[in-house]
Amino acid sequence: MGKTIAEKIFAAHLRDTPTPENVILNLDVVLCHEITTPIAITDLEARDMDRVFDTTKIKAVIDHVTPAKDSKTATQGKILRDWARRHKIRDFFDIGANGVCHALFPEKGFIRPGYTVIMGDSHTCTHGAFGAFAAGVGTTDLEVGILKGVCSFRTPETMRITITGTLQDGVSAKDVILFIIKELTVNGATDKVMEFVGPVVDKMSMEARMTLCNMAIEAGATCGICLPDRVTAKYLWPFLNHKYASIDVAVEDFLRWHSDPDASYVQEMTLDVSKLAPQVTFGYKPDEVKSVVEMEGTPVDQVYIGSCTNGRIEDLRSAARILKGKKIAANVRGILSPATPKVYSQALEEGLIAIFMEAGFCVTNPTCGACLGMSNGVLAEGEICASTTNRNFNGRMGKGGIVHLMSPLTAAATAVKGHITDPRKLI
Amino acid sequence: MKEFGGKALFLDRSDINTDEIIPAKYLTENTKLALQSYILEDLKLGGFDPRRDIEGKGVIITRANFGCGSSREHAVWVFEVNDINVVIAESFARIFRQNMYNCGMLAIELPKKDIETLFTLGEEVEIGVDLVGCTLTVHGDKKVVIPFILNEFDKNLVEAGGWLAYADKNY
Repeated sequence: MGKTIAEKIFAAHLRDTPTPENVILNLDVVLCHEITTPIAITDLEARDMDRVFDTTKIKAVIDHVTPAKDSKTATQGKILRDWARRHKIRDFFDIGANGVCHALFPEKGFIRPGYTVIMGDSHTCTHGAFGAFAAGVGTTDLEVGILKGVCSFRTPETMRITITGTLQDGVSAKDVILFIIKELTVNGATDKVMEFVGPVVDKMSMEARMTLCNMAIEAGATCGICLPDRVTAKYLWPFLNHKYASIDVAVEDFLRWHSDPDASYVQEMTLDVSKLAPQVTFGYKPDEVKSVVEMEGTPVDQVYIGSCTNGRIEDLRSAARILKGKKIAANVRGILSPATPKVYSQALEEGLIAIFMEAGFCVTNPTCGACLGMSNGVLAEGEICASTTNRNFNGRMGKGGIVHLMSPLTAAATAVKGHITDPRKLI
Repeated sequence: MKEFGGKALFLDRSDINTDEIIPAKYLTENTKLALQSYILEDLKLGGFDPRRDIEGKGVIITRANFGCGSSREHAVWVFEVNDINVVIAESFARIFRQNMYNCGMLAIELPKKDIETLFTLGEEVEIGVDLVGCTLTVHGDKKVVIPFILNEFDKNLVEAGGWLAYADKNY
């Protein structure tokens, strides 16, 4: 019987099978940030096990609270920084070079088709966009990953989600994934890999595929995954050109990771997105999703554009398309956080930052801060935020605050009107 | 190996997420013990007050998809430092469940009907966990014995005292 992409990656990285249901995988990349890694580091030190399995396979960034906002966050940064220096971890990204992990690491070419990736961050599933198996893990898994280069998983089951049709102008990958989460519910994909295929995915950029895979965890999935193709090869080409004679050769090589035609899936879902409207969350769970048409008019206090879901250049371009020449409503605070320094400088070059600033947005440095209510845009009790992030949990962006998740296009339209607005009216 | 069991705390809702268990603003703490007083701080549940209801409890009984959301192991540590070493639920989010076993703690999944039974045994419920026989002995308004399934690998993690000790020995 044929294999899915996840099964092929598992087979290629198998270290041990302690039971028929459990596998131990060798890891290609272990990613670290300053919130979940310091306790792993101090624990390894306390156990006299302060070692790393391979300095070239460990990548670290300070991204959640940067620049540090207080002594505690400064200490977290310092523990990670000192550790990276002590172990000569070359790929460590500190202030000035840092950005939101799931935007920065792909940009650096660290994630390749067929890789196994873990990080102490649930949105690690983002990296499945490259045809990698990438999973968020806790600090102990991270600790063992750092020390031994292995991680345990249950043998994966895959659900295949085939996306067909043509997206309307004003509708994006964010709307597609919000709709899928609504259909599957917040635990509809628990312990499963979500494999995204079909003509709509084939046409998506890497940025859009990352948005799609980023929110797989919000349906409970272990990983979202796309099949690596020419789009993947082109994105990674600056990092692959010494390895392959041409992009065609790379694309050909990537085929070995593609799911076999006779692979078996635990669930199949086909979605024609031709009539899909922009989607917006309500309530406190990411599966509480409605069409923007139903949510239209809901007042907001803050609009946030950024995060590992939607802080990439394509997201900024789409928001700027609506904001160009307009002012945001007087009742709204607009915050833009470009996800990486590269996104920021590219947005400057393209004149996008000027569009945001002229519209009345505050532009922050790249950081995760506001998305999880840690810094740079925390909500007050009772305030409402239209946000391009990934979680609308109670208190997520600040105690007592309310979050409506949406695409950058919808967020920009909402900023202009001062209440939730269908972006299709403004493009 | 740890002793498991104790008085039960009932959290009667599905989809309780890690932000509710321990809000992100406390993730700047660099020790597990510093998390202790923030347990379930943002959980909105009728009549529940963490400052009153946590004391003396050793087991949490809850509904489906417990621990969804973030990967933060702080959500497990905050239970550990409050002497809660067992969570019994209809289902768990994968990362939370793995984090429990990785810390040598128990995340026990029971069929919906057994969870329903547990919720009908009154407010004062004491749970004993037999890891060898894989049964829960529940003393409430009446005594009930409920079997559970424990994956062999997860059991080995618990016996080893967690994934780090297990991995250090085996890999």
